[in-house]
Amino acid sequence: MRYVLRTSYRQDTRLFKEGLPQYGWYLVWLALALVAPLFLGVHLVSQLTFILIFAIAGIGYQILLGYTGLLSLGQAAFLAIGAYACVFLEKQGLHFALALPAAALLTGVVGAVLGLPALRLKGLYLAMATMAIGFIVEEVAARWTFVTGGNSGASVPRIEAFGYVLSRDVPFYFLCLALCIASLWFAANILRSPTGRAMAAVRDSDIAAQSIGVEVAQVKTKAFALSAFFTGIAGALMAHKLSFISPEQFTLHLSIELLLMILIGGIGSLRGVVFGAAFLVAMPELIAEIERMLPGGSQPALRPMAFGLLLVLVMLFEPRGINGLVEKITGYFRLMPLYRKGMFARQRGFAKSERW
Amino acid sequence: MLLEARELSVSFGGIKAVDSISFAVEPGEIFTIIGPNGAGKTTIFNLVSRIYNPTGGEIVFDGRPITRVPPQAIARMGIARTFQNIELFDHASVIDNLLVGCHIRSRTNLLADMLFLPVVQRQEETFRRKVEEIIEFLELEHHREATIGSLAYGIRKVVEIGRALALEPKLLLLDEPSSGLNPEETDDMVHWIRDIRDDLGVTIIMVEHDMSLVRRVSDRVLAMESGRIIALGAPDAVVSDPQVVRAYLGD
Ligand SMILES: Nc1ncnc2c1ncn2[C@@H]1O[C@H](COP(=O)(O)OP(=O)(O)O)[C@@H](O)[C@H]1O
Ligand SMILES: [Mg+2]
Repeated sequence: MRYVLRTSYRQDTRLFKEGLPQYGWYLVWLALALVAPLFLGVHLVSQLTFILIFAIAGIGYQILLGYTGLLSLGQAAFLAIGAYACVFLEKQGLHFALALPAAALLTGVVGAVLGLPALRLKGLYLAMATMAIGFIVEEVAARWTFVTGGNSGASVPRIEAFGYVLSRDVPFYFLCLALCIASLWFAANILRSPTGRAMAAVRDSDIAAQSIGVEVAQVKTKAFALSAFFTGIAGALMAHKLSFISPEQFTLHLSIELLLMILIGGIGSLRGVVFGAAFLVAMPELIAEIERMLPGGSQPALRPMAFGLLLVLVMLFEPRGINGLVEKITGYFRLMPLYRKGMFARQRGFAKSERW
Repeated sequence: MLLEARELSVSFGGIKAVDSISFAVEPGEIFTIIGPNGAGKTTIFNLVSRIYNPTGGEIVFDGRPITRVPPQAIARMGIARTFQNIELFDHASVIDNLLVGCHIRSRTNLLADMLFLPVVQRQEETFRRKVEEIIEFLELEHHREATIGSLAYGIRKVVEIGRALALEPKLLLLDEPSSGLNPEETDDMVHWIRDIRDDLGVTIIMVEHDMSLVRRVSDRVLAMESGRIIALGAPDAVVSDPQVVRAYLGD
């Protein structure tokens, strides 16, 4: 642990508590993200764009799962709602700049309503309920042809700005970058304010949260609304990046990939979301490379197997995911001469009973 | 009277865990409930904090009946508590656990929080000042940044009391504050309980098994067995009451 000298309480509310060194690293990353399109080809910029979009969806998921402790297997439904709502509104003549926030808000409202089961259900039961919601939304997307285009899908209009058509490559990448940074900032603000602390309280002990006056039901509803809001933004961006949407893009499979992204990236951490998103995009590329080297050609089982194996390894050796690993490594170099084995050992816990 | 229980009862599947109990706690008092395991002490706390619904009787706090008040509103009325098995927010730091104790005084909304507006920042500073007072009061300076999960049991007990104090309650319910503590920690606990009443003016109802602690801090003691009151009065008299002694020895 690094010792941080504080001179005011306000310092503790800062985003980067350690001041310039920490700040500096984020500035380097930002600079890299800004110049990346100059050096990377169309394909890689496109992959970076997907990382940013998944990161935004991951922020929404982290709020629900990492901060509030609510396990949802229906995140794909929020992506779908955001995507279809945005496209539908644009087709009604609304400009993207208005359709995107409108779609995100709408998804947020739907999220608050769909979160109602969460007020009564916990753990696996909630996971099942949200999974069911995912199926329902998928079904609605397939049948409500007037809005969604049904199973034959819907093409996504191009974004126009100042008389120009916005390219889906570099300019769209910058749009996603800006929205991703804004989302990270919003989420970090929530974390360091009463709303975020109330969420952590509900996650760790809802009975204690209640005893200190936290409205548990309200906090859970807020978490679902916020989660859906951010995921809705990601859905709208995804629609534009893919330029075509259809119900089979928003299945349980996608929800589970998002869950893997959070678990492998690092649960409860915003940095972990970005790592997880990078992993989610890079992994299939890597597997495709490996397949090219294999004599038999394409191996459909390789991808789920690799994901599954990695998840087991993460759960066994680094429950805090890639983010936990990064913290250990940077901690090691920072403390090099003083590093002791076991410094990052898992914390001990005391047995808890279910009764108060 | 700050808190009054009138013929309070609750049963679980036919077992009367609390059976028509009446008592009244005066402002500024340290009121202790003793009794063997399963006597119904914790159940009384759960009734007062409204986690359980009584099957009969009434609870009056500060002149207002609270028998129908929802549990999350109890804190706002001025009642804070600790739990027999410690219910802290384990993945958060000591500071965050204490800060969340200030939750009922938060006046900001989701949007303001999301933008971390100046009102939120000012409020954070006010809360933080309060939390630092508590940290100093309970001598938790060394553990400020520690995650609860990494703390020793005895320190967790103190943090949980700190979180309850952050609510600025009128009434504090302590469920077995000394259980699991070593003799030195128990001594500290005696001082803190006294200081909480004397310096902060908080009325305390406590459940406790350590009879020396009970004698040292209590103004009055209520002894119960199988959901019923068997003795109520001055600590020395209750603790040496033959019926109480028999209840503890278990016949
Ligand atoms: N939620 C519950 N469900 C069923 N029985 C309960 C519940 N809470 C308490 N009891 C029963 O009520 C009795 C009193 O329990 P409790 O108040 O915890 O005792 P103690 O005096 O040791 O704190 C016990 O017999 C216990 O089993
Ligand atoms: Mg008990």
